[in-house]
Amino acid sequence: MVKVPDTATPFFEYAPAPESRSIVDIKPSYGLFVDGEFVDGHGRSFKTISPSTEEVLAEVAEADEADVDLAVKAARRAYTRVWSRMPGSERAKYLFRIARIIQERGRELAVLESIDNGKPIKESRDVDVPTVAAHFFYYAGWADKLDHAGLGADPRPHGVAGQVIPWNFPLLMLAWKVAPALAAGNTVVLKPAETTPLTALLFAEICQQADLPPGVVNIVTGAGATGQAIVAHPDVDKVAFTGSTEVGKAIARTVAGTRKKVTLELGGKAANIVFDDAPVDQAVEGIVNGIFFNQGHVCCAGSRLLVQENVADEVLERLKRRMSTLRMGDPLDKNTDIGAINSGEQLKRIRELSEVGDAEGAERWEVACDLPTKGFWFPPTIFTGVSQAHRIAREEIFGPVLSVLTFRTPHEAVEKANNTPYGLSAGVWSDKGSRILWMANHLRAGVVWANTFNKFDPTSPFGGYKESGYGREGGLPGLAAYLKGADA
Amino acid sequence: MTTTSASTASAGVFDDITSSESSLRRFLHGLPGVDQVGADARAAALGTRSIKTTAKAFAIDLAIRMVDLTTLEGQDTPGKVRALASKAMRPDPADPTCPAAAAVCVYPDMVATAKQTLGDSGVNVAAVATAFPSGRAALDIKLADTRDAVEAGADEIDMVIDRGAFLAGRYQQVYDEIVAVREACGSAHLKVIFETGELQTYDNVRRASWLAMMAGGHFIKTSTGKVQPAATLPVTMIMLEAVRDFREMTGQMVGVKPAGGIRASKDAIKYLVMVNEVAGADWLDPDWFRFGASTLLNDLLMQRTKMQTGRYSGPDYFTLD
Repeated sequence: MVKVPDTATPFFEYAPAPESRSIVDIKPSYGLFVDGEFVDGHGRSFKTISPSTEEVLAEVAEADEADVDLAVKAARRAYTRVWSRMPGSERAKYLFRIARIIQERGRELAVLESIDNGKPIKESRDVDVPTVAAHFFYYAGWADKLDHAGLGADPRPHGVAGQVIPWNFPLLMLAWKVAPALAAGNTVVLKPAETTPLTALLFAEICQQADLPPGVVNIVTGAGATGQAIVAHPDVDKVAFTGSTEVGKAIARTVAGTRKKVTLELGGKAANIVFDDAPVDQAVEGIVNGIFFNQGHVCCAGSRLLVQENVADEVLERLKRRMSTLRMGDPLDKNTDIGAINSGEQLKRIRELSEVGDAEGAERWEVACDLPTKGFWFPPTIFTGVSQAHRIAREEIFGPVLSVLTFRTPHEAVEKANNTPYGLSAGVWSDKGSRILWMANHLRAGVVWANTFNKFDPTSPFGGYKESGYGREGGLPGLAAYLKGADA
Repeated sequence: MTTTSASTASAGVFDDITSSESSLRRFLHGLPGVDQVGADARAAALGTRSIKTTAKAFAIDLAIRMVDLTTLEGQDTPGKVRALASKAMRPDPADPTCPAAAAVCVYPDMVATAKQTLGDSGVNVAAVATAFPSGRAALDIKLADTRDAVEAGADEIDMVIDRGAFLAGRYQQVYDEIVAVREACGSAHLKVIFETGELQTYDNVRRASWLAMMAGGHFIKTSTGKVQPAATLPVTMIMLEAVRDFREMTGQMVGVKPAGGIRASKDAIKYLVMVNEVAGADWLDPDWFRFGASTLLNDLLMQRTKMQTGRYSGPDYFTLD
């Protein structure tokens, strides 16, 4: 029998296949999008950079309280005079138009998202942008059917929605917030994250292109203070936030005692649970997808791998082999699997928590690869020998770092999976249907994926238990959150 | 029960497993399951790799070297086979730097004709045997079919498994047949065809892969080309995972051959990406990976000329054989 060849076979080196940047036109500076126009802010400005090169992309206005006030006033005017009086079928036309423009300009949006955020083009192109369009299409369909949605007769919108979104899925989080709000008849003031404002500003252009009435969508850029000004503004009726649990708590405190409705989608420390009868090659894919998708900057990331002890060695061996085929680098290269960490600040946090992992005695393994000298990079990393008491098993790292724990029985798996202050998502890998259903019934997580991970669909509600927040986005519950009396 | 002969790959390693029908079944059904949705998604994701410039040139030349140029028709004549053999040795008459194909694949009665033309060119003759394509014949007829092809000079034998026996759960019978054909092959290499379009589930493909590898097949092959669907990316991926895991366990390599339905260079490149990332770079060699194809070769040649000249030339600039 022929043996394994001794000589090394010539390596199949994939030549760079970069997506062209020429499709996007980044302006040197951007104002705020208020009342259908781009206007200068009263405050200072800040720079947004490309995390893969640290190149400055643009100067962006930082909205102060006065700017936010103007935006809220514009939204209120648009609400009372135009949007709340418009028949749902007419609102739907605008949303369908926006959805189609997003599809038409999909490549431009994908390239810009990858430049500003650092995520690989294959993700922005194949996941983010198509899902964004799908969300607008989905909620456009609801706009003229609110009376028949099972949410009571003639459900009414809240009014002005103040929305603050994170940097991990800049355009997708915008779609999750804006599409249902507009379909239900609300107008919005939205603040994108300070490190990733550009696709939201391009979305503002799309609103102009779609002839959306002025003031229905207002986009104010800025940092935490701008977000605070939106949340605290007395004329905002509904607050929707996606981001860290820490900021979510502050928002909850701010709106406590007011009439404002709130939905919060916060952090997570999801368990990805692999049983010994799992389809092992697909489970390994699911582990990789669960924690390394979007550099692990995913609130529902499967950051804790719970693997049954009797197959742990085999699963880890396969996982390491699979990780060594991941390609890290230029986000615009179509063959890149792992892009750049979104910011220096986030990179610092990932490094700090990883060092804590070392110090607490967990064993670190990372893919050996050369990191680019410029930009923010962190190699895909796993920690084995992690116990529930370790900080890396409890705190959200929000990076490409996986903590591996083992369990012996389904009961122990559930106990460990639920033993976290969070409860956003979980994954179960098993060929046994009855066990999957049993697990899903006992896991306290908003989403439980079976034999898959990180699958999103506009028709499926998404949200968390405990410190992962409250309220649901997506599906009918996501619509109800923007209608009076319907979100109870 | 027949035990593995000393000449087969698995001598010793799998004796306990292959010693009885029940132990064989226990082993095959104990293999990790395949989740179809996940496997399809992974195969599709690998298909999105963008292979350009130097990588594309490398892939196209490699793919040409991996082609088993095939004609398996009732209407095959010596003239047709000679033409195909000439094409295999020199795919692009206009370009001497173009590599030769791996083999010519014909029915057993055409082996001598093919061998005569190919001589010692290095291009092998592969013969389909064992009552190809259905495999519905008695074992002694299959073995005679095999010996006939080997005696005529076949370097490689492409056998079909008994899908009826496999689907009925008679794994021992399938195993014993492969072992017997392997013995009848002598020094010729054995490729074992599963006809995955008839096995249908990925779990079956994985089980058939292990069965054939334990029985000593040198290659595992998806299809005869006579049943739809023939080769697909996910099925080939399941087989690549199997040969990878088999090497982990035994240290021995088994080749993989998707056959049927691969017509475009773009598709062939997707397969090579999959070989590279699932089984590993060691399999990127005609000794370990083949394409069973006929029309694919001309598309590869057209792409090759395009890479070199920057221009597409018409199909009339490439030979039809």
